[in-house]
Amino acid sequence: MSEKNIKLTLNIWRQESPEAKGHFEKFEKEISPDASILEVLDEINNHLEAEGKEPIAFESDCREGICGTCGFVINGQPHGPLPKTATCQLHMRNFKDGDSLYIEPFRATAFKILKDLIVDRSGFDKIQVAGGFISFNTGSAPDGNAISIAKEIADEALDAAECIGCGACVAACKNSSAMLFVGAKVSQFAILPQGQPERYERVQAMVKVMDENLFGSCTNTYACEAECPKGISVLNIARMNRDYFMAKLKTGTNE
Amino acid sequence: MIKLDSKIPDGKLSEKWTNHKFNMKVINPANKRKFDIIVVGSGLAGASAAATLGELGYKVKIFTFHDSTRRAHSIAAQGGINAAKNYQNDADSVYRLFYDTIKGGDFRGREANTWRLAEVSNNIIDQCVAQGVPFAREYGGTLANRSFGGAQVSRTFYARGETGQQLLLGAYGSMNRQVNLGNVEIIPRREFLDVVKIDGHARGIIVRNLVTGELEKYASQAVVLATGGYVNVYFLSTNAMNSNVTAAWRVHKRGAAFANPCYTQIHPTCLPVHGEDQSKLVLMSESLRNDGRIWVPKKPGDTRGPNEIPEDERDYYLERRYPAFGNLVPRDVASRNAKYVCDEGKGIAGGKAVYLDFSDAFNRIGKDGVKDKYGNLFDMYANITGVNPYNVPMNIYPAPHYSMGGLWVDYELMSTIPGMFVLGEANFSDHGANRLGASALMQGLSDGYFIIPYTMGNYLGTEKPEKVDVETNEFKETQQNVEENINKMLSINGKQTVDSIHKRLGHLLIDKVGMSRDEQGLKEVINKIRDLREEFWTDVKIVGKANDINQTLERAGRVADFLELGELMAKDALNRNESCGAHFREEYQTEDGEALRNDEEYKYVAAWEYKKEGEWELNKEDLEFENVKLATRSYK
Repeated sequence: MSEKNIKLTLNIWRQESPEAKGHFEKFEKEISPDASILEVLDEINNHLEAEGKEPIAFESDCREGICGTCGFVINGQPHGPLPKTATCQLHMRNFKDGDSLYIEPFRATAFKILKDLIVDRSGFDKIQVAGGFISFNTGSAPDGNAISIAKEIADEALDAAECIGCGACVAACKNSSAMLFVGAKVSQFAILPQGQPERYERVQAMVKVMDENLFGSCTNTYACEAECPKGISVLNIARMNRDYFMAKLKTGTNE
Repeated sequence: MIKLDSKIPDGKLSEKWTNHKFNMKVINPANKRKFDIIVVGSGLAGASAAATLGELGYKVKIFTFHDSTRRAHSIAAQGGINAAKNYQNDADSVYRLFYDTIKGGDFRGREANTWRLAEVSNNIIDQCVAQGVPFAREYGGTLANRSFGGAQVSRTFYARGETGQQLLLGAYGSMNRQVNLGNVEIIPRREFLDVVKIDGHARGIIVRNLVTGELEKYASQAVVLATGGYVNVYFLSTNAMNSNVTAAWRVHKRGAAFANPCYTQIHPTCLPVHGEDQSKLVLMSESLRNDGRIWVPKKPGDTRGPNEIPEDERDYYLERRYPAFGNLVPRDVASRNAKYVCDEGKGIAGGKAVYLDFSDAFNRIGKDGVKDKYGNLFDMYANITGVNPYNVPMNIYPAPHYSMGGLWVDYELMSTIPGMFVLGEANFSDHGANRLGASALMQGLSDGYFIIPYTMGNYLGTEKPEKVDVETNEFKETQQNVEENINKMLSINGKQTVDSIHKRLGHLLIDKVGMSRDEQGLKEVINKIRDLREEFWTDVKIVGKANDINQTLERAGRVADFLELGELMAKDALNRNESCGAHFREEYQTEDGEALRNDEEYKYVAAWEYKKEGEWELNKEDLEFENVKLATRSYK
């Protein structure tokens, strides 16, 4: 696997607190092409700690691209240059000897920077609390096979449900819109028969909280789909919009 | 000495849970809202518990160290979840799932718990479908199944290679609904650092706010710990970066017995280690063993590429040694055999890796067929290694993955501290000495959705605990204790980084308390771990402040606890003079190298009671097998 090491210049965003002014700090590094970008940061941090300096604060957990904890803007792109790849899955073999990298947090009005590369994405949870579920108490479910669901429908629902909630869509969007994220959740349940009873209440409740949490509007640039590590389709946004308008017609409200 | 009362109900195995549910105290709906319950951890077990307790009307606070409850490591589970539905008409049943699990655990699990797990497994699938979990379906619209190791029936439900994610998001949704209704409050970015006991009962917790660094006190009438497993003690494992033993360990030091710490699962299908700066190991779902064939070159040190090695010069060692189960033997057997062939020099290019080859599957169902079943796993492999597994067989090697050991709990999932319940991987209860694939998700959700909601009522209805105030002395003293510990760590100001010490601990453990153990090695490693702990407390360097985001401090606290746990793991392994499941002592094996149990002397759960640092007392819970015949596990 491993070829010879490559030399990189990493410019990494440092910011002590939400209120502090941030800046780029430069690190010259020789690294193995097999290392992931997070392992490069680990190593930089190990050196910083050994020298008694504050390490770079960044979040990560599973390092398998599924938990959605990690995420930087790398050279202007959320999760870096590879399509359908979360930051933790970005390996240095994708860069050339002598490359310069600029590493920044996901920036959006709705995502406050807490420290260095850590941002607050709690707005996402608030949207989910508003309606990202099927109301169903434990213990009263019919047999799993009592509801027949065509394979295509189940697959389509899973395509939407694969969203990892990382926030790259928001960071990619010039309006900081969260519509890909919300559209994916709305769609999962709108596609499935189990989600029908609350379909129109759900979309209205989620969109309302989305708007309240300083996420912007969608202007169809599709940057979100391009940067999404799971390749969630913008068709989910269209589906959400359709359901949202249907909901307004059905309930006769015009909020 | 702790009195271990497992509270296993009398009566026929198949009726125990039904009868017990009837016999337990029930709290009337209007009174439930008077009880505050704390849940720590928001994975499958914690989230499902919080959701269901909230539905019942209890007032629940759930804590996670993540920014969002949806990040818990359950999310990374790939392969699937077992249930005894018998949808494939292949003679599956609750009894068969129970028996496979008991046998898979090498007869070191509790019969009654394992039966209950199998019994509620079907309810879990129903529950998840109703929540909108998009399980894989057949073209006719019914739920699809696949096979997993250690079973000869097809009983695993799945959602591509992302089953854990979909199940967790289902539980997360149900919990969010309760947040919406005002029954559950989520308190994120908090790390559990101690339990507060009042009159011997768990009545609250001390957490550190990971953003401000402040220590906070929360009171409740019962505490549920669902904080996962501890194999990050090995440094390199498939667990997430933040998975740790701290919550369980601090509770252990306050009086909860720790059971079978030496039972750690080393999972056979992981990506091999590539270097010293690696931060974690990546699991490739065991489901790959359904269609992939595992082999090594017959000739030691063979440096030819896999596609250049002809069929008759390959050793399909699992198929050769275990013709009945072949590549689907349980994890411990598959891992140990990989280690053996690599120790013989037959690993890939003489190193620590074996091939997982899909050539036959490509011929049988085509590359598209394989892609449909395992596409995301193949993509992940290509991404991480830079090698296309559609052209070249995957390289795999075992890696620490799961801990069967954990805090001791009784049948009601209560630890030896009254009022402190432990769910999911954090407890020891259901998997014996080895866990079968697709059973972790089953246990997490069984504990959370279908067991704790009943047993919690029994505890609260019996004890009728009063509300307590966080300004009592017990809270203040515990908080002060935690604070002193943090300040002590910060004041060491030595030379070694936290990670460097953790890596050394990992090397010691994987070497001596990993896939194979022996008396001499275990005795040596105990001393070495003690020395390393001493080094930590005199020479570790933690930069930054207590009252700020300080990830080094977070890790330091976790490593300090791992340094104590590591010693207990070795002690437990040394005590257990037999081989069973994942615990393999070189001195105790059959002529053909299989695990040799000693039922006469070791048919017990080893529940360790903390006395002081480096000192424990062994308590034994004898295991009774009334419904299965103790047999030598054979997968031949």
